Amino acid sequence: MAIFTPSARSFLSAALLVITPLYSAASDEVNIYSARQESLIKPLLERFTEQTGAKVNLVTGKGDALLTRLKSEGMNSPADVLLTVDAGRLYRAQEANVLQAIKSDELNSLIPGHLRSSDNQWYGLSVRARVIVYAKDRVQASQLSTYEALADPEWRGKICVRSSSNIYNQSLVAGMIASQGMMKTEGWLKGFVGNFARPPAGGDRDQIKAVASGQCDIAVVNSYYLGGMILSEDQAQQTAASKVALFWPNQKDRGTHVNISGAGITKSAKNVQLAEQLIVFLAANGSQEWYAERNNEFPVREAVAVSSVLESWGPFVADKLNVSELGRNNSAAIMAMDRAGWK
Amino acid sequence: MEIDSRSSGFNSSNQSSGRGWRTYLFIVTAIIAVPMLVIFASLLQPFSSAWQHLFDTVLTDYITNSLLLMAGVGVGTLVLGVSAAWLTAMCEFPGRKILSWAFLLPMAMPAYIIAYTYTGILDFSGPLQTALRDTYQWQYGDYYFPEIRSLGGAICMLSLVLYPYVYMLVRVAFLEQSTAVLEASRNLGKKPWQTLFLVALPMARPAIVAGVSLALMETLADYGTVAYFGVSSFTTGIFRTWYGLGELTTAAQLCAFLMLFVFALIMAERWSRQRLRFHHHSAQKKMVRLRLKGWRSALAISVGGLIVFLGFILPATQLAIWASVGWQENINGDFFRLLFNSFSLAAIAAICCLMVAVFLAYTKRAFATRMELGAVAVASLGYAVPGTVIAVGVLIPVAWLDNQIDFLSTTWFDYPTGLLISGTIGLLVFAYLVRFLSVALNTVDSGLTAIKPSIDESARSLGATPSRVLSRIHLPILRTSLLTALLLVFVEVLKELPTTLILRPFNFNTLAVRTYELASDERLVDAALPALAIVIIGLLPVLLITKSILNERFSNE
Repeated sequence: MAIFTPSARSFLSAALLVITPLYSAASDEVNIYSARQESLIKPLLERFTEQTGAKVNLVTGKGDALLTRLKSEGMNSPADVLLTVDAGRLYRAQEANVLQAIKSDELNSLIPGHLRSSDNQWYGLSVRARVIVYAKDRVQASQLSTYEALADPEWRGKICVRSSSNIYNQSLVAGMIASQGMMKTEGWLKGFVGNFARPPAGGDRDQIKAVASGQCDIAVVNSYYLGGMILSEDQAQQTAASKVALFWPNQKDRGTHVNISGAGITKSAKNVQLAEQLIVFLAANGSQEWYAERNNEFPVREAVAVSSVLESWGPFVADKLNVSELGRNNSAAIMAMDRAGWK
Repeated sequence: MEIDSRSSGFNSSNQSSGRGWRTYLFIVTAIIAVPMLVIFASLLQPFSSAWQHLFDTVLTDYITNSLLLMAGVGVGTLVLGVSAAWLTAMCEFPGRKILSWAFLLPMAMPAYIIAYTYTGILDFSGPLQTALRDTYQWQYGDYYFPEIRSLGGAICMLSLVLYPYVYMLVRVAFLEQSTAVLEASRNLGKKPWQTLFLVALPMARPAIVAGVSLALMETLADYGTVAYFGVSSFTTGIFRTWYGLGELTTAAQLCAFLMLFVFALIMAERWSRQRLRFHHHSAQKKMVRLRLKGWRSALAISVGGLIVFLGFILPATQLAIWASVGWQENINGDFFRLLFNSFSLAAIAAICCLMVAVFLAYTKRAFATRMELGAVAVASLGYAVPGTVIAVGVLIPVAWLDNQIDFLSTTWFDYPTGLLISGTIGLLVFAYLVRFLSVALNTVDSGLTAIKPSIDESARSLGATPSRVLSRIHLPILRTSLLTALLLVFVEVLKELPTTLILRPFNFNTLAVRTYELASDERLVDAALPALAIVIIGLLPVLLITKSILNERFSNE
């Protein structure tokens, strides 16, 4: 095994890593399981460390996987905070009984009632809107109105949307079930799926690109992907983004569908006070502006200044449905989408 | 070969000295099988109403698509891998030496990464189709262009990156085949291609089966590629059931059925070649390669070149182009930490896997009864299971054990231990062992199959202990297979994503994790640099080890 001698030292230090747990339960540290990916949370956490001197430890992953880890680790779990990118996973965590209620008047005043759980187990920290994007040269804004209208025959073969495995499609449908009921939603799904231009594949940016290049006329996407393309360093993405425009659906009735990224404190938390301090920090104005600046997400309250891109899309009416409902109806939504043949 | 050893007359001495080995084999396989058993245990739980829904709607789709995917990738890897092996092992043409290592390059390319790059190139809104439309003034629907994001596309992507498994194993098998047998075939007037189909291929069957079954297991476990292409396979179904419906138990039950299916395939294959033997009895003799001339040589070069171009050069170039945007600011201390983490993790896991694989393969060969063979087969199912599911199978029993230890320690000594194993790198390495053991085991196994049992018997009859037979006779002969196994696991762990994602400790990232996070946010340009780094680190051992693998028998050419 002569080939390994040059790196024998790295092996040794790596072998040491194997036997040393990398976290500790020191009093000035807070541990996070985060479904929000590292580049979209770490800079904020570093700011928190600067301000408070508390060290923040992070594991990122998929929401359900982190929740499974949290559940099986039980009361000995090192995690203090669970951060997710949709309300459904927080609702699931609440159902699984791994979160604790937070008694914080400050958080209650910072975050509107429909963006948090009724028993204060979790709080929304940023808002993600699912919007309609249309080709400027082929579609007039006046032709568009609501999600419901996307099932009309005039859009046959003209709609692009990603797979129903995507959580934001699930929450869109879950929201519709909550406000319109199952019967109406099933009928809508049938018409909507019948209007697809192609079998769903790729991500939201791919749908926007497909609209820009003429494969379909409209797409349903999360607005921050369009923002990301507008601000992209990649010329091709900028060009694609310039060919489409954003439309806020359902402005005259229930409002545009929104989901949240949010956080809760675990039952096993060793450092509840610091965990709460961190969540307050993430809800404060500085962090709220950062979400908008860095990832084009909307703040949880209106008073916060937003980035120029968000500004350019104008104000909008968001659905005031309590986001818990998205979690409650998630599996019903999937089943309805399966029945409608939305791949 | 079990048949040989049992009829050899050394049965009784084997039995007595084998007891210790067999006990250890049982303990090792039992520990490795725990995550699989956790998943199987889900079958004991009640079947929820979600099953009815799956039956009524999507289950047929999942099964059909997965079977088609397997069939496609099976044929694809077989054709590509065997052709590549035949060309470089049995023929001589200009560029053969370069091709013989270049054929391995696609192995360093994670399947989901190649899927991203090809989509970037071939998609409707990609540069190729856009150029076509601009040149000919076409609109959407005016022309036919194969849709890359489809079942067919997924088959192509997976075949392109998985054929090296078949190539590696079959190439070694071809090289180790008795030259006398092949020459006899030629002397009897058989054409080269007849020799291939009548003699060389049947003799290489264990290697072909080992290679193709690795490729198929990887195919079944693949989530990234099929999910990105919008193909609903059995595996995407497992995750949809878990994440979407929130039915972890139903998802585990689906997975258990997947494992039963794979187990049945493994057993069927083993049964079908039960009485066949694949070792040869003639002395090693230098083989004369078939010299290709004229158009044959040109064809060999272009076919070989095309495989390498499609499987490696084209996607790697696309990655390099993406990575060239803003790489200066991305290469920093953080990036080197990722490199170090990925490299050391892969190296540690590869060595662990190899040690366990050698132990299991040898014990199996020397002593195993039907029962132990079954135990080893269960322990090597991990490769067909999606990484996330393995991770859950590891997580649940280990966290339980941790909590029990903590409880006992607290009640007896008033000293809470917390979680000792959960969230450590050690657990991660164990999960890799569970997942990738069969990669190493298949490779070592197929190498051992080519060694005559009579060698073992002579050595044993001269008084050598089993461990001495292993260390003095088998390991030196197996050098190629061992290095191959090491290399395969190293590259696998380097590319591994889902298990790492769930089980890793705090503040611990790898290149694959970074790539995934950026790519899942559809920031392919930013994801290109860590992806390229995976490919490059994966190439290092390919280059180092292939030198020794490839020069085995033709060293003085």
